[in-house]
Amino acid sequence: MTALITPDLVDVAIADTDREAVTRRLIDLLAAAGRVTDAEAFHADVRAREAQMATGMPGGIGLPHARSEAVTVPSLAVGKLVEGVDWGAPDGPARLIFLIAAPASGDADHLKILAALARRLVHPEFRQSLMDAPDAATVSDIITREVVPA
Amino acid sequence: MKFVAVSSCPTGIAHTYMAAEALETAGKAAGHEVHVETQGAAGSTPLDPAVVAAADGVIFAADLEVQGKDRFAGKPLVDVGVKKAVHDAPGVIAQAVAAVEAARAAAPSSDASAPAAAAGTAAAATAAAKPAPAAPAAAPAAPRKVGVGTRIRQYLMTGVSYMIPFVAAGGILIALGFLLATIAWPENGAIEVTKVVDGTNGGELVAWIADGFSLGSLQSWAVLVFWIGKWAFAFLVPALSGYIAYAIADRPGIVPGFVGGFAAGLVGAGFLGGIVTGFLGGFLALWISRWKVPKGVRGVMPVVVIPLLSVLVVGVATALIIGPPLKALNDGLTNWLNGLTGTSAVLLGVILGLMMCFDLGGPLNKVAYVFATTGLVNATTSADAPAQIMAAVMAAGMVPPLAVALATAVRPKLFTEPERESGKSAWLLGLSFISEGAIPFAAADPLRMIPSFMVGGAVTGALSMAFGAGVLAPHGGFWVTPLVHKPFLFLLAILVGMVVSAALVVVVKGLGKKPEATEAAAELEEIAVS
Repeated sequence: MTALITPDLVDVAIADTDREAVTRRLIDLLAAAGRVTDAEAFHADVRAREAQMATGMPGGIGLPHARSEAVTVPSLAVGKLVEGVDWGAPDGPARLIFLIAAPASGDADHLKILAALARRLVHPEFRQSLMDAPDAATVSDIITREVVPA
Repeated sequence: MKFVAVSSCPTGIAHTYMAAEALETAGKAAGHEVHVETQGAAGSTPLDPAVVAAADGVIFAADLEVQGKDRFAGKPLVDVGVKKAVHDAPGVIAQAVAAVEAARAAAPSSDASAPAAAAGTAAAATAAAKPAPAAPAAAPAAPRKVGVGTRIRQYLMTGVSYMIPFVAAGGILIALGFLLATIAWPENGAIEVTKVVDGTNGGELVAWIADGFSLGSLQSWAVLVFWIGKWAFAFLVPALSGYIAYAIADRPGIVPGFVGGFAAGLVGAGFLGGIVTGFLGGFLALWISRWKVPKGVRGVMPVVVIPLLSVLVVGVATALIIGPPLKALNDGLTNWLNGLTGTSAVLLGVILGLMMCFDLGGPLNKVAYVFATTGLVNATTSADAPAQIMAAVMAAGMVPPLAVALATAVRPKLFTEPERESGKSAWLLGLSFISEGAIPFAAADPLRMIPSFMVGGAVTGALSMAFGAGVLAPHGGFWVTPLVHKPFLFLLAILVGMVVSAALVVVVKGLGKKPEATEAAAELEEIAVS
């Protein structure tokens, strides 16, 4: 099974200052890795999900995500922002963005890895360790180590 | 304390699980036990019924309808959105604790009033506590293997649960049209209202709105409301068929199901035909969607290939395979009925009653109805033989909805919540001679319901003929009673048939296979809320 994340799906210095651009940058990482077949279509799905209810979470987290026909394998792209970007959270802008891509037709087993990821994300120490990670490889390692399907 | 919770979110991949983790963590921190059922994309493992039974309170952190709500009936409940659980799980836990304590304080012995009291204390919070919906006392179904029979019933129930609102809206509007008409016209309002304009003919309708409709005229409004109801009714069979197919094949099933249902209506196959097209369209779409196709074609499968092929096949099948035999049946029955004229009136009443109640708007029902209405041209007074046939047909056609209304009223426990609601509107539909009001019941459980209806209809038809009741109005039910010859005996015939039919419904519903019946009920409830 393909890993949820690899170092080339992490960008620790995104300088964009709005949601659209940040999301697009992360989508392009997924597209470059061949995990998303149609960046525009996937972006539209993410946008639609974001429009239903902003995915910003307390603690400076943005969590754009979607299930989409354009996604081939459950994937995670992570971006750290140089400047905070408003993601709709009540307590201020987000500094750490997790873009979750789920295939539209993925079977349940396939999606369990994403369920495990979501459960880890709730824990502040997990998020802090990612905030503190100096580079892409460290971010990828932490997630691969900590996110294990139940 | 012990809590059970359900979490869900629109996408089913992130917030569902974050909320679950947050609630479990926050619960543990506060010294409570929290078990969460994640109704998300990665499959949903139902809570152990023993855990649910042991829980003090229930938390819904759900943005989608909670599936299997009835499992939590009677327990103090806080209903918050999924976001609140993610952002402030400790607050949600505190709210749930408060709801449980309030429930205990308010009503140590009675569950019923507890949730209401809980609402008072929790109202200050963003979400209100409210009672878990009452439900039949069905034991929570343990995870089980799903047999073919159960699957078929689930498909049917899905179709029925989506159809019910069409029946309710359309039926009540039609009845309302009749009611307004009886006020608006000095006499025969329930007949006049149907004659003003053909509301299914677009050109005629638009012309009437331009020239005939008047905002201040009650007659105009009666006509309009009547036809709006008819429009909603036009979707009855398509919706039944469409959502049966949807239950089978998911989204790809909707198009062949709807088109097939529409065609079934067109060729006069009624709701039984709609059930056939629903299954045909659903399995066809499912089969096609499983074809192994080259990657390039895969993208156009759901938007072009599946709808195109499935609609074509269902359309051809309905037109050429379902249609012609129905036409033959129709003609044969009509000839047979015509040949029966002159035989025993009571026997004719029995036959017409059986036909009216067999398919509720389907081919047999239509033949009987058309036989009666076309015969009316030979009647001059409401005491003539053709008027008696009309009366028998109308009376029998009123029996099924009235019977289910009565049955749901006297034995509510035998029926699901949506069925009980349908039962209430069925009073009005039955009184208005809208047999379709019983379709949700017949479609959900045809083998038990239809024979019960038929017996009641036969009794009513026979009595009406024996009494010699007659009417010249082709429609209107109870509202045309003033036009009926021997009105009291006419109503008595209906009353007797209704009671007989309702009694049979109660008996067969209760007898049969009891555990399966309650299980089916729980399923319908689940489907209705999901």
